[in-house]
Amino acid sequence: MSDADAGADAQGRSRPEVTDTPLRVEGMSKHFGGITAVDGATFEVERGTLTGLIGPNGAGKSTTFNLITGMLTPDAGTVSFEGEDITGLEPYEIADRGLVRTFQIARELQEMTVLENMMLAPKGQRGERLWRSVLPVARRDVVDQETELLDRVWEILEFFEIEHLAEEYAGNLSGGQRKLLEMARALLTDPDVLLLDEPFAGVNPTLERRLLDHIHELRDRGYTFLLVEHDMDLIMENCRHVVVMHQGRILTEGTPEKVKADEEVIEAYLGGDV
Amino acid sequence: MSTADSARQLWEADATKILVVLAAIYATYLLSGLVLGYSLRGQLNSIASLTFYIGVFATLALALNLHWGYTGLFNIGVVGFMAVGIYVMAFVSKPLYGSGGAAQVGGLGLPIPVGILAGMVAAALLGFVVALPALRLRADYLAIVTIAMSEIVRFTFLSSTFQQFQVPHTLAGDWTRVGFGGGSGLILDFPDPLLALIDVLGLSTVYDGLVGLVGTVVPNNPDPIVHSLVYGLVLLGVVAGYFWLLKRTGESPFGRVLKAIREDEDVARALGKNTGRFKITSFMLGCALMGLVGILWLMGQGAVTPNFFRPRLTFFVWIALIIGGAGSNTGSVAGGAIFAAVLYQGPLYFQNLVTSVFQPGDAPGSFGPAVAPLIANFDPVPFLLYTLDSVRQLQLVVMGVVLIWLMHNRPEGMLGHRKETAAAIPLVGRSEQGERTDADAVGTDPTPAGDASGGERDE
Ligand SMILES: Nc1ncnc2c1ncn2[C@@H]1O[C@H](COP(=O)(O)OP(=O)(O)OP(=O)(O)O)[C@@H](O)[C@H]1O
Ligand SMILES: [Mg+2]
Repeated sequence: MSDADAGADAQGRSRPEVTDTPLRVEGMSKHFGGITAVDGATFEVERGTLTGLIGPNGAGKSTTFNLITGMLTPDAGTVSFEGEDITGLEPYEIADRGLVRTFQIARELQEMTVLENMMLAPKGQRGERLWRSVLPVARRDVVDQETELLDRVWEILEFFEIEHLAEEYAGNLSGGQRKLLEMARALLTDPDVLLLDEPFAGVNPTLERRLLDHIHELRDRGYTFLLVEHDMDLIMENCRHVVVMHQGRILTEGTPEKVKADEEVIEAYLGGDV
Repeated sequence: MSTADSARQLWEADATKILVVLAAIYATYLLSGLVLGYSLRGQLNSIASLTFYIGVFATLALALNLHWGYTGLFNIGVVGFMAVGIYVMAFVSKPLYGSGGAAQVGGLGLPIPVGILAGMVAAALLGFVVALPALRLRADYLAIVTIAMSEIVRFTFLSSTFQQFQVPHTLAGDWTRVGFGGGSGLILDFPDPLLALIDVLGLSTVYDGLVGLVGTVVPNNPDPIVHSLVYGLVLLGVVAGYFWLLKRTGESPFGRVLKAIREDEDVARALGKNTGRFKITSFMLGCALMGLVGILWLMGQGAVTPNFFRPRLTFFVWIALIIGGAGSNTGSVAGGAIFAAVLYQGPLYFQNLVTSVFQPGDAPGSFGPAVAPLIANFDPVPFLLYTLDSVRQLQLVVMGVVLIWLMHNRPEGMLGHRKETAAAIPLVGRSEQGERTDADAVGTDPTPAGDASGGERDE
């Protein structure tokens, strides 16, 4: 992203009421052999909201994330981001546009330290060009940028309360710590829309509260979140809009109150095996 | 500046490790020679060839470490890139056909540095061609493609089709006879590269002085000894160059993405890294470096034959890398040196040493006569002689045993766990003001959209 774009974003974010929808999914389907994991899903995510995506196990939520972020290609349907059709783009192209996801099962880079994991994420690193990293004079720039990045990384590590693990190999972290690392790393890419796949699984309640506060704070500034979560209370308390999936289809969507009252949802999900 | 200081300290620690390994190797060679009363000429010769093999295996291990240790690219076609390096270099730098000499075919007659560059570029381009389709597929496809490529390269240079052919060499359309010489090999009839280099650097008098100096202790024909010793030194300089280049490559945002690809490519892609570009760049750089080793290995040998580039040489490089520990540049150099000294040259050195010092009689011609006296009247001498005589064959067995032992006991390599940090600055401790308190951290703006981020964006 260029500096000009960044400026435009900052303006967009400062607008108090935003009505547009950066992320739209239309008629998206995905089959795995005989299984229909996602079946004509259509939904939108409004800018500056925290939208919940819920549904029983195997409903197709993670597959939806994979389809949106280009890890999988949909068999049918389209995904558009900021008005642009991004269906079938490479994952890095999508992430580069500011649509970033985290994984349900944390995928830390095991034989890299927590700091290395974090330093990987930021966009626009000059030293990612080989010649800049190698040539003597050009490398000074790289070193300067690394120093700046490291400061930012430390701040985020401290916020996520994993700074004491900074020099630890990521493979040695506990399950909850890995989820934290994963989310911290995704935030470092400075995304506009963040897709979080069960980010609080295994995270202690106090920290969960803080992370949620932080998410709300970011949302108030115009960031957009799509959150997969099994904890219904958490969804009801924090999301203004909830999308319910069941067997690959969008069962219903709306405000938490509306969703909670929906007969089908009660049958499929709330009354089921939660 | 404190960061620069600590970076230098780290580097020194790495260099120290390598120097300790090298010192131990040379000391062992010299001491065992001295103790057994090996001739000075024999000593100098074995030191020279030891240095040569340390040089080539350390550089090859470094290049392979970029592929496998850093990027997770499973290249088992190392020899193919080496072969292309030296053959293209010879093609470009051999003198034109008919300009005197016994060579069956000529080259383009361009200067040696041009040839070296062309050889490296050709190896890199071959890497590009090989990697482009394979990198999109699963990791093991690259392995299959690379080993197949290395055999195709060998058979291409063996084939009579390319033994000799005509190419235009002037704009006026004059044709000249060039070729790769087929199975009988290609004579490398360009001027001696080492002497040419010394000449260009204006060090001829120093070199001649050195020959004179060595002549006082080894009176009979000191020239080849000095030549190979100096060439060994040049190779060690190349090792240092590779080490510097790859250390900088690894310790950078570029190297960080390579490491991430090795660990989990999907994560790197999900974070917006165009992993294909990184893999291709890394692969081509490594291939060019392998091509250069091919050139440095054979350029001074007078001739090259395709069958030098059998797959087993590739596996030697893998053993060297595994000994040192994949993922570490320091380990690669140490692994290359240990492999060269202990597994590659060691048995031969031992054989030479024993033969020249004890001057035993002829070894039995086959296994039967070798064991018969051992069983009949407990006379182990024929068996030992036979073993000594078969050291070349046994070498491979020893390598296999060492490899299995390493896999079981030190899978991370002799030097221990890889811990070379992938960043342009040391990632240790907070850089300023020590630790902040928790309350401060909440108070400061921890978001990625902070003021600083605007300036850090750059494409
Ligand atoms: N790569 C794959 N190959 C085959 N089947 C798959 C694959 N990925 C997902 N599925 C199937 O698709 C369906 C939806 O899976 P998905 O992971 O999207 O569910 P989910 O809603 O995320 O469930 P959970 O809440 O348990 O995480 C499941 O039946 C699953 O078995
Ligand atoms: Mg899931």
